[in-house]
Amino acid sequence: MTTVASFTIDYRQYLSEDGTPLTDDLPAFARDADAIGATLVPLYKSMLRLRAFDAKAVALQRTGKLGTYASCLGHEAAQVGIGAAMRPEDVLAPSYREYGAQIYRGVKPREILMYWGGDERGNDFSGPKHDYPWCVPIATQCLHAAGAALAFKLRGEKRVAVACVGDGGSSKTDTYAAINSAGAYALPFVQCIINNQWAISVPRSAQTGAQTLAQKGLAGGLHCQQVDGNDLIAVLAVMTEAVERARAGDGGSVIELITYRLSDHTTADDARRYRNDAEVKAAWLREPMPRIKAFLIANGVWSEAEEADWLEQSRAYVEAEVDAYLASTNQPLESMFDFVYGDMPEDLARQKAAALAWERRDG
Amino acid sequence: MPAITLIEAVTQALAWEMEHDSRVLVLGEDVGVNGGVFRATAGLRQRFGEDRVFDTPLDETTIAGLTVGLASQGMLPVAEVQFDGFVYPMLDHIISHAARFRFRTRGRLTCPMVLRVPWGGGIRAPEHHSEANEAMFTNVPGLRVVLASSPARAYGLLLAAIRDPDPVIYMEPKRIYRQYKEDVPDDGEALPLDVCFVLRDGSDVTLVTWGAQVKECLEAAEQLASEGISAEVIDVATLKPLDFDTIAESVAKTGRCVIVHEAPGTGGFGAEIAARLAEHSMYDLLAPVERVTGYDTPMPLFRLEMKYLPSVAKIVAAAKRTMA
Repeated sequence: MTTVASFTIDYRQYLSEDGTPLTDDLPAFARDADAIGATLVPLYKSMLRLRAFDAKAVALQRTGKLGTYASCLGHEAAQVGIGAAMRPEDVLAPSYREYGAQIYRGVKPREILMYWGGDERGNDFSGPKHDYPWCVPIATQCLHAAGAALAFKLRGEKRVAVACVGDGGSSKTDTYAAINSAGAYALPFVQCIINNQWAISVPRSAQTGAQTLAQKGLAGGLHCQQVDGNDLIAVLAVMTEAVERARAGDGGSVIELITYRLSDHTTADDARRYRNDAEVKAAWLREPMPRIKAFLIANGVWSEAEEADWLEQSRAYVEAEVDAYLASTNQPLESMFDFVYGDMPEDLARQKAAALAWERRDG
Repeated sequence: MPAITLIEAVTQALAWEMEHDSRVLVLGEDVGVNGGVFRATAGLRQRFGEDRVFDTPLDETTIAGLTVGLASQGMLPVAEVQFDGFVYPMLDHIISHAARFRFRTRGRLTCPMVLRVPWGGGIRAPEHHSEANEAMFTNVPGLRVVLASSPARAYGLLLAAIRDPDPVIYMEPKRIYRQYKEDVPDDGEALPLDVCFVLRDGSDVTLVTWGAQVKECLEAAEQLASEGISAEVIDVATLKPLDFDTIAESVAKTGRCVIVHEAPGTGGFGAEIAARLAEHSMYDLLAPVERVTGYDTPMPLFRLEMKYLPSVAKIVAAAKRTMA
């Protein structure tokens, strides 16, 4: 008997939970103060501002000023790291939680609020024009990303499509199909599986019998890697490698980012129904913020004073975005009809006219 | 006996049937410990155990395929899809298989499954959580399509659906899940499928509807009554197979019909009823059939949601047009 294929799944982590490096062999961007200051400080600032925004969004929902909202609490390193590993010309296909990557790529917080606030203009990103909007039918965005990657390949463009899905989403047919397509067509595609341990009330252990989620990429012939999703340095390193590998034509990847959903699934959920406090408390000890903060301070490129100052700036920025959202008025009724087809069909034009006429009569 | 909401009536029906028929299973996302995101299956796992009430991995194709497999091998699965907008990956199993196992095998294999679908708009939900997609199921031979509209009818029709030997798409209007409470005796009495329910007698105009719009039609009937117009209100309940006789008898009496549904008008199930009225009730009609429906647009995000959904005012206006 001969072994015809064998596989290993590696796990990458550079920072311990308290921010001490686990190795001297850090990536170049994390080795000296200048590099750390240039690369990691801006990302940490993004993470801080993201958390401030996220907390404000939850508060808006609780006070009736926003619809159901999916918090990203605890996912900051994973999301910002993913965004920072991509180039502007790449395409991101998020689920409905990856604000960190999206904001890094130019989506405005007010657009996030418009979306969850019930207004389609939130999906009309002023920043990354080719990125996919938030995607509620789980994991369908993965196949869209694969299709985008196929378009890039057919046109000979050095662009990469990055899809994000959760541990729950990794069970979906679409995820398997995207992985398979990426391998069959040798696509410039990276599938991020952001494993936050919970799919609403269903724990990671109930999703699959596989030992890791990363290994689902083996079935498609892709590179597979696990990474500590709460370690900004590891995320940036692994994602940059995966994205640039894809860009160079050396194949797609499945990257499993291990993190924890510190919040409820959405503001419509109450996680106390199905998970215990002890587990959540333990997860807080592993969360992404303190360790990168400790690393930056230890390298002399950050301080408590700078953090306090930045948090104040972030608060003001978030307030400005929230004000813009709260000041927005509803779209006119016409907008419901104007974006169904490219050219308005006669049949729909009559409906639109009737709807507007009713509106005028109704007052 | 305490009065219960529609969602509690669903739980009550599930519990009754699970108690009396060990073949009945509940599966879906978050239906176990969490009791379902709407709490429809609350307490069932604790009472009946994890072999009868279990979560699936996050995949609607999985739910649909497993349900067809379970049903065709002697179990009575009551599957839950978390929201109407997530049913589409299930269509292959529902249409290609569940609806035609009996037909394809000359009765050797059958598919007595129920798919419970939280249905329709009006709760300021995120995208894809407010779809009224009943019409496409009605065009599939071999399926039953049932719309609950009250706690009592939810209980009785769900029992009937579980006992039915054929696949049933059982839609629950989430907008009225907790709208009001009524007494629903937990006696295991099913309501008949394939019949309409006349909820209010009237003589001037027949309002035909289903699901959450039953609420608006009853309110419209009250308003019309205050203006001297007597409206009969019919809850179709089982869209497919359709009890057209009840509708025809009503229109023979009133001569006027307004069909109300929140789904888009073109290709909506109201078109089927209107076509049958044209075929069978032409000489009873004193005025053209009116349809008050959603527009032929996707359900807008919730800032414009109430402009989309049929309103009491629109129903009243349509009824008055038939009287003009």
